[in-house]
Amino acid sequence: MIIYADNAATTKMSKTAINNMLPYMTDIFGNPSSLHTIGQKANEALESARKTVADCLGCEPKEIYFTSGGSEADNQAIISAAKLGEKKGKKHIISTEFEHHAVLHTLNKLEKEGFEIELLPVGEKGNVTAEQIENAIKSDTCLVTTMFANNEIGSVLPIAEIGSVCKSKGVIFHTDAVQAAGHLHIDVKEQNIDMLSLSSHKFHGPKGVGVLYSRIGIPLVNLIEGGAQEKGKRAGTENIPGIMGMAAALKEAVENIDENYAKVSYLRDKLIKGLSKIPHSALNGEPVSRLPGNVNFCFEGIEGESLLLLLDAKGICASSGSACTSGSLDPSHVLLAIGRPHEVAHGSLRLSLCEWNTEDEVDYILKVTPEIVEYLRNMSPVWKDLVNGKKEFML
Amino acid sequence: MALYTDTVMDYFVNPRNVGEIENPDGVGEVGNAKCGDIMKMYLKIEDNVINDVKFETFGCGSAIASSSMATEMIKGKTVEEALAITNKQVVNELGGLPAHKLHCSVLAEESIKAAIKDYYDKNGIEYDKNLFAETDCVKSDSYV
Repeated sequence: MIIYADNAATTKMSKTAINNMLPYMTDIFGNPSSLHTIGQKANEALESARKTVADCLGCEPKEIYFTSGGSEADNQAIISAAKLGEKKGKKHIISTEFEHHAVLHTLNKLEKEGFEIELLPVGEKGNVTAEQIENAIKSDTCLVTTMFANNEIGSVLPIAEIGSVCKSKGVIFHTDAVQAAGHLHIDVKEQNIDMLSLSSHKFHGPKGVGVLYSRIGIPLVNLIEGGAQEKGKRAGTENIPGIMGMAAALKEAVENIDENYAKVSYLRDKLIKGLSKIPHSALNGEPVSRLPGNVNFCFEGIEGESLLLLLDAKGICASSGSACTSGSLDPSHVLLAIGRPHEVAHGSLRLSLCEWNTEDEVDYILKVTPEIVEYLRNMSPVWKDLVNGKKEFML
Repeated sequence: MALYTDTVMDYFVNPRNVGEIENPDGVGEVGNAKCGDIMKMYLKIEDNVINDVKFETFGCGSAIASSSMATEMIKGKTVEEALAITNKQVVNELGGLPAHKLHCSVLAEESIKAAIKDYYDKNGIEYDKNLFAETDCVKSDSYV
């Protein structure tokens, strides 16, 4: 038995997505830029997908740009808003400490080019308030970029409030909605979002496709130069099968969003309740304002990678923010941002569910995880020091 | 290819010599929880021969496997033979480790040395201090 509980990393493709891709690999394989029928059919499909995605986000089709994924969309949105600001002499950008690296590394690059980057603290629960954003906005702020929901600890940010603050201050608001799209209600007009990134493979679509929504009036800077695709803002022959799969997957996710939310959040809460019984453990992230599928815990005295490998040996696919899983010496910057000490952050476990997980699977995870934590604690000198009182428990 | 060799997985999932020795003749603890790896090695030594050895490890799969393998490699050996064991030998016995995990084998070598140093100190045995250089997590990572 394989229990896939790593849906925040990527999801299995839906049959809907696959079925909507197949014709564009076989019969309608044309290049949308070609004038012949087979090319024009592909172009019609491309534009229908743009309309579908726009309807899902509450915007105009011409505000949708297809990209290679969430990272590219984040890069292009941030760089475009920064360059626009620079022209007006505005070089202050506000973001948060716990953004995805696609955002943080782009901001690092801009900082080296002379932009002033302000990363707001996210507190113990891992969130920011619209008030924090409002207080940080200066006369030369050109962009606020915050994630819609955090990929590691699941906190959902007050996006509509942040959008409202940005609108009233005349600052462009970009949100990395990679974890939110297809799982939480998005309406870019209602929520005052100027730019938004999403990634297809987080909602049962194919990998290698994403979307940048950019409100009319914000000029985009090209990351890829070449042909006139995507209104000249993103060169390269369009990934038609990928785009068709994504559009179908997003439509399906949005149509079932409330039903899936109820089902998945029920399983999430059961997992959280069960794992909380493990002594010296703590939930990471917002307890209430939380992605429906996200469970993230720290277990004191053990290291996350060994926990993952033993879970894998029992058929459970999960992830961790330990240094050993990141290939660096430091554990997850998100866990450090919410104040978890290094020692504790190494012992983190993220389980991310989708609507295809079952209650039986959750019960099995709840049976196996405490046994593995105990097994690893029994061979851990750190745990022994904690139990013997040589070190103080932090959780 | 999987992240780890079958041997690493075997020593991680079925670790040999895990646990603690009461009244050990030497104990060594290396690494630090901040870096994500701590190894503790317990030795029972009689007539200069390591009769028994146990380990406890806080760390990733390769850290647990490396320490377990190291205990098997020194059991029944003389103290000098154990001191001569290098991290490379541990890696070879494990059938290889990913490059970013090589520091786990370094910690295993260091934990043997730390336990023997403790044995020397407890018994007033003279030794070459250069054999037991102090390391921290940043340095150990630089072995990679």
